[in-house]
Amino acid sequence: MAEISTLHYLVVAAALFIVGVIGVLTRRNVVIILMSIELILNAVNLNLVAFSRLHGLHGQVFSIFVITDAAAEAAVGLGILIAFFRNKETVNVDEVDLLKW
Amino acid sequence: MNPVATPFFFYALSGIAVGSAIATITRRNPVHSALALIVTLLSVAGLYLMLYAPFVAGVQIILYAGGIMVLFLFVIMLVSIEQVQREAEFNRQWHVAIAASLALAALLLFVFVKGRGIFPQRTLSLPETLNTQQVGLMLYGRYLLPFEVASLLLLVAIIGAVVMAKKRI
Repeated sequence: MAEISTLHYLVVAAALFIVGVIGVLTRRNVVIILMSIELILNAVNLNLVAFSRLHGLHGQVFSIFVITDAAAEAAVGLGILIAFFRNKETVNVDEVDLLKW
Repeated sequence: MNPVATPFFFYALSGIAVGSAIATITRRNPVHSALALIVTLLSVAGLYLMLYAPFVAGVQIILYAGGIMVLFLFVIMLVSIEQVQREAEFNRQWHVAIAASLALAALLLFVFVKGRGIFPQRTLSLPETLNTQQVGLMLYGRYLLPFEVASLLLLVAIIGAVVMAKKRI
């Protein structure tokens, strides 16, 4: 393990991705689910920047766009959460069942 | 300039990143989860620095840890957390969720084991003193259209967040 290659960074990114997926699928709190989505986006960013060392700066430019996109999505998602919380007084994702049969 | 003690910093930063990520998804208190996510973001920024990407590391620290996580903490303060402390933490389908995630992890492990020889071994020499200039030239040159579309996306997100969170439209 003397030489840290690209594969090492990809394994770390995959581990972060798996942890984010478990967080999205398992938690009840909507805020924690949104934070797990941010973990997934960070894993993707790490992948992009790790590959940009091999193929040029395009990966880093794309990761900047991913961070911008994550900011927009977090803002809108939290706005939706606030609107939902104002009506139902809970942040439990199991309570979001108004469209269920 | 030759890097010094690279394996130590890599293992330390990635261990902190994955450990804080696990703490993010397992804490009951959302404020603790947000703080653990901030630690994850900072250690991933350190990994970006090791990958000779100082501009992306700076953007990560300023925008992600300093902007998005502050927004998360404000919203956590707005929604009440007293009843969250008393409710169940994990939902009813966590068995299927863990099984599906382990299947995904097995698939990723298979890909890594089978394809570990296809990456080119030598990395490009990216001078880190010119990184910001080169990223800026690419953003304003070749990636100008996505740059403008991203600013339009941010405008739409601002309007959407304000409309969503207003009391009376």
